[in-house]
Amino acid sequence: MHTRTFQIWRGDVHDGGLADYQVEVNEGEVVLDVIHRLQATQAPDLACRWNCKAGKCGSCSVEINGRPRLACMTRMSTFEPDATVTVTPLRSFPVIRDLVTDVSYNYTKARETPAFAPPPELAPGQYRMQQRDVQRSQEFRKCIECFLCQTVCHVVRDHDENKPAFAGPRLFIRAAELSMHPLDDRTDRAAHAAREQGIGYCNITKCCTEVCPEHIRITDNAIIPMKERVADRRYDPLVWLGRRILRRDQMVEQYVSSTAATPTGSGHWTPAPLAGAFEQALEVPPPQAAPVGPDGKLPLSETLLDRAGAASPFGDDVSFPVPAEDLRYVHPDSV
Amino acid sequence: MCAAVRTEADLSNRGEGMTTTGAVPAVAAKPRAAIGEKTLRRDRWWVAPALTVTGLVAWLAYGMVRVFSQANYYVAEHHYLTPFYSPCTSTGCLPEAAHFGRFTPDHPLVPYAALSLPFLLLFRLTCYYYRKAYYRSFWLSPPACAVPDRRPRYTGETRFPLVFQNLHRYAFYAAVLISLVNTYDAVIAFDGERGLGIGLGNLVLATNVVMLWIYTLSCHSCRHVFAGRLRTFSQHPVRYRWWLLVSKLNTRHMEWAWITLGTLALTDAYVMSVSAGWITDLRFVN
Ligand code: SF4
Ligand code: SF4
Ligand code: FES
Ligand code: FES
Repeated sequence: MHTRTFQIWRGDVHDGGLADYQVEVNEGEVVLDVIHRLQATQAPDLACRWNCKAGKCGSCSVEINGRPRLACMTRMSTFEPDATVTVTPLRSFPVIRDLVTDVSYNYTKARETPAFAPPPELAPGQYRMQQRDVQRSQEFRKCIECFLCQTVCHVVRDHDENKPAFAGPRLFIRAAELSMHPLDDRTDRAAHAAREQGIGYCNITKCCTEVCPEHIRITDNAIIPMKERVADRRYDPLVWLGRRILRRDQMVEQYVSSTAATPTGSGHWTPAPLAGAFEQALEVPPPQAAPVGPDGKLPLSETLLDRAGAASPFGDDVSFPVPAEDLRYVHPDSV
Repeated sequence: MCAAVRTEADLSNRGEGMTTTGAVPAVAAKPRAAIGEKTLRRDRWWVAPALTVTGLVAWLAYGMVRVFSQANYYVAEHHYLTPFYSPCTSTGCLPEAAHFGRFTPDHPLVPYAALSLPFLLLFRLTCYYYRKAYYRSFWLSPPACAVPDRRPRYTGETRFPLVFQNLHRYAFYAAVLISLVNTYDAVIAFDGERGLGIGLGNLVLATNVVMLWIYTLSCHSCRHVFAGRLRTFSQHPVRYRWWLLVSKLNTRHMEWAWITLGTLALTDAYVMSVSAGWITDLRFVN
């Protein structure tokens, strides 16, 4: 056991700064252990997120000595014996309090990514895929949504104004996962990546790959293949020429919305007005209420709940598919 | 009592640029955490970009000097032609070095290999690895992860001229053709004065060509156009095997990029030294 100096960012939206703590550290501990000890001893009001302490839930993302890391997977033994350890909240997202940030940017972007499209000719249960066909997509399923890649990416970290146009590496692997999926019925994943997700903003400097705790090779296996898919249809001179001559590109662009979004004060992005019936439908859906009882609490177990199975994380009053008018994404072909 | 010591210095640290690493948030109405320091990284993050700049500048300087010296590029006795002059198409080329004819103008500012060098430069300039390298070390965008880039605006590769990085695959096709020419050079160099001849120079040329092929085939565009673009590998077993091989090479693309810079410069230096008579070629056969 020995004592260590920790500098932890304390504060909220209004104000904040680094605070110094002297704290006991034991062999084999990780940064999250030390934060918990601080909460238990000196700073009971220190806010931080965590859940699994096993590097699998992606909750405990913070910046340790300036680098985005999982607090539960950063061993104290990796630091120099007497070095101060600095812990700050994720820089690219609005702060809520202390080490907790508002990561809703990532969920908004996730909602704008079209889901897996089931092949119409197959019923559920009839899907057959070979391992070699799904293995590329499987790498991306390892993602724990810690958003370390999203916070380190300089496109939004240093240029907040790019947020409406740029979805970020976590969503690029989602696009790649579906684009490489043998049964996904959509063929426009690359176009979506280029126009809606802003993959062109990425300059493949690989910081997302460097920080990913799941060691997903984001840049090599997802972003570059997606850029190549975009090049297939967008920057191939012959294809480009053909579309120019046929005036195809204007026809498509007319309905594509979110890169033209304008910032509003509400924290939601209202896209630029579109032609026709879609103008009004583009506000991000509001969060749904949880099925709480008269005491304001969730039922403790299934036996007390009035329905089979656990409560839906989306709110039980939501049925799927969500009406298309509630989504901000407008698909050109469906217009 | 809380043992937190929030010093005056901490609080006064936060000047006007306190919210972010650079731009003022335009979209997120809610502010970021007020952290004064641009980066809190304390490791020597600047070492990698500094090494990259040094390496690339040194290599470019050497390359420029050699390309425009227009001398000592061919060893007639052993048929060694340096890759910097291949294919030698200038009317100023030695006739025996010009395997593909002499038709490009002979001018001090036109390289003798005017047909290949521009494409090779383009190939490396648009290479996904070199892009990472120079965006980080020359553009400082960003210099290292979680270290802010200093530019007020950033549009990545969405605008002219950087949008042309998307044409990398055409440079790749050209590079394959040029690698074929280099292979031809290395093969005919085995044709010595008296039949088959093997010297140290042959090994140098051959090693260089092998490395060039590995670098070229490990290209991300190569990985994509040969098989990566497929959705179902199981229907294309041959292309799938090829993809596995290219993927294996591709994980080391950065290493190949630097190794080939090394072998190119060494090969050229060797041919130059033999051609200028500073050293004699070590012969094993004939
Ligand atoms: S490689 Fe692209 S997406 Fe990943 S951090 Fe860099 S710029 Fe962002
Ligand atoms: S890709 Fe990696 S870094 Fe990004 S959210 Fe997923 S696990 Fe985290
Ligand atoms: S607490 Fe779950 S990833 Fe760290
Ligand atoms: S040569 Fe590097 S990616 Fe093509």
